[in-house]
Amino acid sequence: MAITHIIFWFLTALALVSALMVLLSKNPVYSVLWLIAVFFAISGHYILLNAQFLAIVNMIVYAGAIMVLFLFVIMLMNLDKETEPQKDIWMKVAGVISGGCLLIQLVRLAKDAPEMVNKTALLKTGSIGLIENLGKVLFSDYVVPFEISSVLFLSAMVGAVVIGKK
Amino acid sequence: MPIQYYIYLALSLFSIGVVGVLTRRNAIIIFMCIELMLNATNLLLVAFSKMHHAVALASNTATQVGIEGQLFVFFIMVVAAAEVSVGLAIIVMMYRNTHSVDINFLNRLKN
Repeated sequence: MAITHIIFWFLTALALVSALMVLLSKNPVYSVLWLIAVFFAISGHYILLNAQFLAIVNMIVYAGAIMVLFLFVIMLMNLDKETEPQKDIWMKVAGVISGGCLLIQLVRLAKDAPEMVNKTALLKTGSIGLIENLGKVLFSDYVVPFEISSVLFLSAMVGAVVIGKK
Repeated sequence: MPIQYYIYLALSLFSIGVVGVLTRRNAIIIFMCIELMLNATNLLLVAFSKMHHAVALASNTATQVGIEGQLFVFFIMVVAAAEVSVGLAIIVMMYRNTHSVDINFLNRLKN
């Protein structure tokens, strides 16, 4: 078993266990910390796929900025001392059954898809994930969506300030 | 690594997010589960991008096929960051009005 396989299975197990712990934690602060573990595992998968730019951006933007924002909001609300109101047990069972049915259906679809038979995702090689190549494409072919996203950010910033001010 | 493994991993993460949205009542946890679903999609996009790159690389060594998948992931992250800032502002405002983040208090439009 090659070292990349070991890393792949370790990161997969880490992602799945952490994602389950996000759901099972009673305290929202622990949920945020487990979600950060999920994001680090996914960043590890990006590095394994040689998508280095996305790995760094995932770590900085998601684990660094967004999760800290969540933590700040939770601590502002002082939620961790009260117990969260729970849905009744039948709603939980119904939710788990619906999610399981969705998973089974999607896995069955993906298993039989003829486009994916004997295809492999390239590990550790390939240069399309490097910053140089991504930057060239981003600032030549995709420069208009890139500029539009700056307008989106401005409107989101103004919206957040206006909503949070009153 | 076969593409199926990545598909199963992403589908499992997505389904865990769906179950979280359906079973929890805390608005912040529901929001975090939506982030989890977005990340599962991102992982699948990167895996497919490398899959198409592997196919194209067999015939042409200087090809850049598949780079769009990673750019889409970048734009998804941009949109998710904007979404989180507005969504958390809405949750803070909801907490100020109802002193709770329980989504079952948000049924006032019903009456």
